[in-house]
Amino acid sequence: MSPANSALERVTKVPGIRGSLLISATDGLVVAERLMDGIDGRATAALAGSLLQRLGRATAGAGMQVPTFVHLRANSGSILAAAGQNDLVLVALAGLDANLGLARLEMLDAVGRLS
Amino acid sequence: MRALEPWVVEPLQTFLTESSARLILLMTTSGQVVAQHGFARSFEVMTAAALGSAIVASTEELARLMGAPRFAAVVHGGAELSCLLAAFGTPRGRWIGLVVFGPETSVGLVQLFFDQMVEDLVGAAPREPAAAPMLAENFERELNASLKELFGR
Repeated sequence: MSPANSALERVTKVPGIRGSLLISATDGLVVAERLMDGIDGRATAALAGSLLQRLGRATAGAGMQVPTFVHLRANSGSILAAAGQNDLVLVALAGLDANLGLARLEMLDAVGRLS
Repeated sequence: MRALEPWVVEPLQTFLTESSARLILLMTTSGQVVAQHGFARSFEVMTAAALGSAIVASTEELARLMGAPRFAAVVHGGAELSCLLAAFGTPRGRWIGLVVFGPETSVGLVQLFFDQMVEDLVGAAPREPAAAPMLAENFERELNASLKELFGR
């Protein structure tokens, strides 16, 4: 199994995680994905990539470092994103019942192993 | 924005707003301009339309030679500007979109909203038959009329 697929498998094993993707932040394109049916990986990659790019610009403008982990909480779940090296970002889609703490730990560890 | 057909404007405007693209040119596969946004001079539009349609024709021929289906899109990535070129079917025939975008957006976002625009265009297109092929003797007059419509002069 490739390192990318191994990272995705670790994240999707966390209870409540509906899927995960490895994306190229600058391009907003999917590198690898493991998603439940009905989730549009292409749209997720494009919009999550854009969000991270804008957050990076905002924090840089405020004189802060680029965020290493982003948690976007919505009414029906969350989007988690962990930035890695070489412009790669590990994104996870979490339901309301997801174990977010475990997901965060797994994502940070998985994205660190990708470098 | 300038468009030869008014029903094109709304999908195009939505695409520009959502994708943050800088320039867009919609044309037929023969290079006839349907709508444009961001180009300042008619010469630039006509050149881009001719080159864009030629690139699409080349890639489609390349796909045919390789025994592959048509390529969905061609993306030229650059440090300052990038360009997406894609052909798509509409009730008015096969059209080409040429989009120029900068680093303030991404190829993923542009592709995502381009596909949405294509769906909107297909949905908005009048179902009446397309105009008859242009006669050679009317070509120059039609071209000048189209340029006047697209540039307001």
